[in-house]
Amino acid sequence: MRFAIVVFPGTWSDRDCSHAITDDLGEEAAYVWHRERDLSGFDAVVLPGGFSYGDYLRCGAIARFSPVMEAVVEFAKAGKPVIGICNGFQVLCEAGLLPGVLMRNADLRFHCEDVYLRTENANTAFTNALMPGSVIRLPISHGEGNYYADAATLDALEASGRVAFRYCDAEGGVTAAANPNGSARNIAGVLNEAGNVLGMMPHPERLTEPVLGGVDGLAIFRSMVQLAATKAP
Amino acid sequence: MAVATKTFLARVEVTLKLTVNDPQGNTVKGALASLGFDGVSAVRVGKHMEIRLTAEGAAEAERRVEEMCRQLLANPVIEQYRFTIESAEG
Repeated sequence: MRFAIVVFPGTWSDRDCSHAITDDLGEEAAYVWHRERDLSGFDAVVLPGGFSYGDYLRCGAIARFSPVMEAVVEFAKAGKPVIGICNGFQVLCEAGLLPGVLMRNADLRFHCEDVYLRTENANTAFTNALMPGSVIRLPISHGEGNYYADAATLDALEASGRVAFRYCDAEGGVTAAANPNGSARNIAGVLNEAGNVLGMMPHPERLTEPVLGGVDGLAIFRSMVQLAATKAP
Repeated sequence: MAVATKTFLARVEVTLKLTVNDPQGNTVKGALASLGFDGVSAVRVGKHMEIRLTAEGAAEAERRVEEMCRQLLANPVIEQYRFTIESAEG
């Protein structure tokens, strides 16, 4: 499986993503500079974390108008998998591929720590290697990860299984104390209506080897590969 | 024949919608209270932008700034905007 890793000016998790996909998972990955417009030849797209365009104006607001984003929108509309991690999640929201927006953390502080996530929907292109309700641990590293959408949108997301992950405690309890940034209903990751676009604030690419302290992040990328394998002719 | 254009200055204010919680504003409000400023019931923090642009007239400038706000300057999910246009000739 061949992953495109989109690189904007200010992206910083591109190499971690490449390392996880190639060295840890054994799949192919190539960097795609934000000025490029062609994603043919790729099976999946990763929008990595970072501070694209310095996060000026709003996180992801400038990046969404990059030439490559037209191709990403087409790629997503064709039903192919797109994952946005951290800043990539913010870009997907600004681009209108995902509902809602990531606001400043409720406590106004940058959070760099491991969090627990409960798998809310294990029947997706990004979570099929996980058990429903299973708890995984991943790092977060953001100042603006406070997911917001109006109540009607949140209700619709929950009713249609589009909440992929929620922040929880080690036992899987979804509590206010386990919510690192004030996200509405502890939401850490959401899917688009078709289920082929995921945005999540935690960084799966940063916990993919025992030497890093865990391998929970691999399950996300492995899910994408598994789905591709089952779809292959 | 070239159409004469004029220079305008747009002052754009982007603020969070009133229905959206503003942690920055709340923190500033708390800081004001701790400094002894009584009676501050609410603080909302927003962005102020000054945009210099040329257009055939004020109506054209207004139309373009409106479009800028809709496309880029504000995120309609959480933000609202307002602006004024004034002549910046000379």
